[in-house]
Amino acid sequence: MSEKKSPRVLVLRTAGTNCDEETAFAFRSFGAKADLVHINRLFEGTARLSDYHILAIPGGFTYGDDIVSGRILANELRLRLGDDIQDFIKARKLIIGICNGFQALVRSGILPGDLGVKSQGEASFQQTVTLTYNESGKFEDRWTYLRLSGKSVWTKGLEDVIYIPVAHAEGKFVPRDDKLLNKLKKNGQVAFRYCDEQGNPAAYPGNPNGSIDDIAGITDKTGRVLGLMPHPERHFIFEHHPRWTRFEKKESFGQGAQIFKNGVQYVKEKLLA
Amino acid sequence: MIWRVEIKEKEGVFDALGERIKKDIIDLGLTSVSQVHIVYVYTIVGDISESQIKQIGRELLADSVTQEYTCFSPEAYIFPLSKKNIKIVEIAHNPGVMDPVEESTIKGIRDLGIPTVKAVRTAKQYHLKGPISDEDLEFVVQKALANKLIHHVVIPENVFPTEKEIVANGQACKVLTFDLLEADQKRLTQISEDGQLFLNLNEMKAIQKYFRKLKRNPTDCELEAIAQTWSEHCYHKTFRGNIRYSCTEKGQTKTKNIRNLLKSTIVKVTQTLDKPWCVSVFHDNAGVIKFDKDTNVCFKVETHNHPSALEPFGGANTGIGGVIRDILGTGLGAKPVCNTDVFCFAPPEYSFKDLPTGTLHPKRVMKGVVSGVRDYGNKMGIPTVNGAVLFDERFVGNPLVYCGTVGVIPAGKEKKKVRKGDVIVVAGGKTGRDGIHGATFSSGELTSESEVVSSGAVQIGDPIQEKKVLDVLLEARDQGMYSAITDCGAGGLSSAVGEMGEELGARVDLEKVPLKYQGLNYDEIWISESQERMVMSASKKNAEKLLALFEQENVEATVIGEFTGSKRLELFYHGEQVCDLEMSFMHDGIPNITKEARWAPPKSREPEISCPKDLTSNLLSVLSHYNVCSKEWIIRQYDHEVQGGSIIKPLVGVDNDGPSDASVVLPKLGTKKGIAISNGVNVRYGMIDPFWMAASCIDEAIRQIVAVGGNPDRIALLDNFCWGNPDKPDRLGGLVRCAQGCHDFALGYGTPFISGKDSLYNEYAEDGKSIAIPSTILISAIGIMDDVTKSVTMDFKKAGNLIYVVGQTYDELGGSIYYDTKDALGMQVPHVDVKQGRKTFQALFAATQKGLARSIHDCSEGGIAVALAEMAFSGGLGVTALLKDVPYEGKNKRNDSVLFSESNSRFVVEVAPEKQKQFEKLLSEVPYGVIGRVEESPEFVIYGLDDKVCVNAYIDDLKKAWQKPLQF
Repeated sequence: MSEKKSPRVLVLRTAGTNCDEETAFAFRSFGAKADLVHINRLFEGTARLSDYHILAIPGGFTYGDDIVSGRILANELRLRLGDDIQDFIKARKLIIGICNGFQALVRSGILPGDLGVKSQGEASFQQTVTLTYNESGKFEDRWTYLRLSGKSVWTKGLEDVIYIPVAHAEGKFVPRDDKLLNKLKKNGQVAFRYCDEQGNPAAYPGNPNGSIDDIAGITDKTGRVLGLMPHPERHFIFEHHPRWTRFEKKESFGQGAQIFKNGVQYVKEKLLA
Repeated sequence: MIWRVEIKEKEGVFDALGERIKKDIIDLGLTSVSQVHIVYVYTIVGDISESQIKQIGRELLADSVTQEYTCFSPEAYIFPLSKKNIKIVEIAHNPGVMDPVEESTIKGIRDLGIPTVKAVRTAKQYHLKGPISDEDLEFVVQKALANKLIHHVVIPENVFPTEKEIVANGQACKVLTFDLLEADQKRLTQISEDGQLFLNLNEMKAIQKYFRKLKRNPTDCELEAIAQTWSEHCYHKTFRGNIRYSCTEKGQTKTKNIRNLLKSTIVKVTQTLDKPWCVSVFHDNAGVIKFDKDTNVCFKVETHNHPSALEPFGGANTGIGGVIRDILGTGLGAKPVCNTDVFCFAPPEYSFKDLPTGTLHPKRVMKGVVSGVRDYGNKMGIPTVNGAVLFDERFVGNPLVYCGTVGVIPAGKEKKKVRKGDVIVVAGGKTGRDGIHGATFSSGELTSESEVVSSGAVQIGDPIQEKKVLDVLLEARDQGMYSAITDCGAGGLSSAVGEMGEELGARVDLEKVPLKYQGLNYDEIWISESQERMVMSASKKNAEKLLALFEQENVEATVIGEFTGSKRLELFYHGEQVCDLEMSFMHDGIPNITKEARWAPPKSREPEISCPKDLTSNLLSVLSHYNVCSKEWIIRQYDHEVQGGSIIKPLVGVDNDGPSDASVVLPKLGTKKGIAISNGVNVRYGMIDPFWMAASCIDEAIRQIVAVGGNPDRIALLDNFCWGNPDKPDRLGGLVRCAQGCHDFALGYGTPFISGKDSLYNEYAEDGKSIAIPSTILISAIGIMDDVTKSVTMDFKKAGNLIYVVGQTYDELGGSIYYDTKDALGMQVPHVDVKQGRKTFQALFAATQKGLARSIHDCSEGGIAVALAEMAFSGGLGVTALLKDVPYEGKNKRNDSVLFSESNSRFVVEVAPEKQKQFEKLLSEVPYGVIGRVEESPEFVIYGLDDKVCVNAYIDDLKKAWQKPLQF
């Protein structure tokens, strides 16, 4: 495949981003060309979002999670790159935000996006849900089972229950109100819920942060913009599984890999074909 | 204009952070607190309108879903008063203390299109509900909410500081020289003490002699620079000096003179072994070994004990930040790939009334240290994959905080060279009054006055600043923009520039160093230990490009001087020369001293304990011992999976909660070659004999790597001594003995030392009485693994598999956990037989490479009993085992000695019955026994030497006993 025909992924970096390399590695493993791009390059115009098919906002502690997690990056996305991101979404391109990336997408209002429930005078990017402090009051790194729902291009072909780790202090999903939550559910915008091994609702630590309705990840209405707190790039190879030494049968990929494969596949089929 | 914006959770929103504070307060024994709410306060200075401040509140400071904001001008604000059932207290950072949130908030405000913001201050207001007296409140503030070294309680009149107070905080500069030429002995000592130089009389005399030759008095800056260079922390006087060592064994005393303890023990091992894969050892910030054909790995462990004693969060925070910078400054800069942390504290239930004056409670120290490491490690995006925590009462005034980092560096980039005419570039954080005298402060004992006298030595880190530096640095390295680099650690610029310019000499214009605030004296600029700074040497041609590259990612980088070729250290401040010293005097002028050292075995005996018929409750007590019990509460707060290279995690097993031996990490994604990281540390053995402590720690670090499938022939070690005052002969005697142990056993195992560190003067003095810490050696090990997919974990895998004990058990309960649960120490400390140990390690390595072992766990604290119990409950499977089949040697053979003896070089191994023959073939030269079987039923049953059941428990109960003690 020629360079030109490769799906191109922009892995966004700024001060405090730290899951950029493994996220890029995950996309590259399925044939994408992934660039680590500092946000300053987008501001100056030496890199352009429109040259890419996928925008990935990886995990980390952008700007130290100062004030609240993802807030300063969210304002940069909203105020300085808002139009470019609108155009990117309109062009049917893909966005994924993982952990801190999800926090930024939510605080900028890119997720869950315009639900047609905004009050008069509200800007198109308006925060309607949040990811707030874990009920445990502390950062925790632990593995969680996730039950799949919705119909996002990102989650096609995933098993009903997948096993992926979280590592955050601010991951408790809270919607503005019940009306909004119902709208999300009705639209099929809930992508992942924390659950137990069998897929049933689970209390702490199954739901590691106290998220309302056990929500771990959501999409916009189109399913092309996905945000999730768990880290699929950390269950990318088989040996990432915390119990891989207990399994007799070895596989090459972990249960998070399909998400990256889906993104690359979508670009190949829908945007490059 | 000055505004105050208050942020709080909306009515009905769960205040998770408030709840956590409540838990901390209840932990202090104050159960009357029913609820805690936190109000986040931002004081914002600048030409900002009311509508703008509201925009700041709405779009930046408050989360619109869960929080609300209120803006106040000074006229409109009334400080809320405490009422009967609600106490209110506001806590803010002291001026000059690092608060990264302030800088981020300024950026956030500017991003909103409001460039007129000048300064931001943050504070937290706590609302405590419940019947709390004023005395209770004072207690809570002191013990849980604030540390007076970095915080103060805001009084209502000072809620709005003046703009001047916020924007500028410094004093005017003054120039000083010391009259050294005419000083008598008393005066010399006084100058050293007054200046917190920690130079002894001999050293002061050497300095006096030097300046008499120059026929002038030194400036304050010159004295500071010499004190820093000659400090124990930077020069390692004890290890490099002469020692007269007398050792009493079996009634005979032998005396010998040791010249340079470091060279004659630690370094000698490496020179003798001369491994071709040792790339760069002992002379750089970290030791470097070969990884694969185009990559090397480096490893360094540092200590940050004294700062952590005074401000646990900040001390540990800057400890980990500092060792990461060591890695960034190794060769031309390495990329950190994982961290390891080992702590020693006093027990968490230590009574408040017994606390020595001026010390913090161990539980608070522990929580603070863990938070400090979490904050820095997680924010840097470096997984913390390994560690240990030990407890002993004598760590009460002086905890130990070891922080280590592993890095990867392209082959060939481990060499650096400073060239004549290169400019000196400092990049990263600005310089403030932080950590003045840190290097000299850590070279003396702590006292109850340390918190007053040395408060400048306390700092808070800014991990995002360091992450920004790291990101650019690796890019600049790959583009070849600089030819040498080092970090600013202890001693600040003085140490960094002094070391880099040792051969050539350097000139620095101190006014060019970017400052956090005006008013620093030139000598403060020179020795400040402000964090997150790196120093580089670049050609004039490259310097401009280098500065531009840093600027691209908003990192400040500045040319501050030049490496001259004059072989002098020349410092200027606004054109006036403030320091002119010969580099040779700085680095070689220190007078050689001879210290006295004495060692004799302690007067301890084997305790007379009868062996109970049923040892179940003994096993439960050993599992609940603080040193043995689960550290999950700590481990989960660390991100141990970032960077995507986590192969064997610190927690393993069917419920992801069993204690892994070594951790295995893939430094290069998409490959199979990995590294294993482990540590060996045991202070109780050192109380009997530091020689055998060293032996056991080396054995433990190696066998943990072997237990996960590592190759015993590709292991490198780091030594890390934390000791009491080396000027006291008994302390130094133990140190010598420990260093000799390091030499003998590292040599015996063929494992070279590649780097090390010593932290001495770990004592806490009160009322003229000095408490020394238990002498501690930490051995950290790094192993190279060719194929990580052959790794083995410690959890039992399958019912019906055979259980082996590999390696000989001896009657060695001295220093054991079993004895400690009976308040005894004993004398029969575990020894090491390297010949036998090597054979065992080789056999097990072969077994893992052939896929013959389903699980392996090393026997360490708690012996075979703890190893078996941990393997059982981690695997969710039961055990039947017979003690009579354990290979044992010793006159005294009893159920308790077989179960709990802590003999070295032993493993418990699980093998499938169909692999039995193949496995035993590998053990032809190694003592072993098939002692039992893994069972489906969750029962843990051990038959004693008389074939009667001596331990009978459910694995869940064993697990509970093991998990409970440190589940905060």
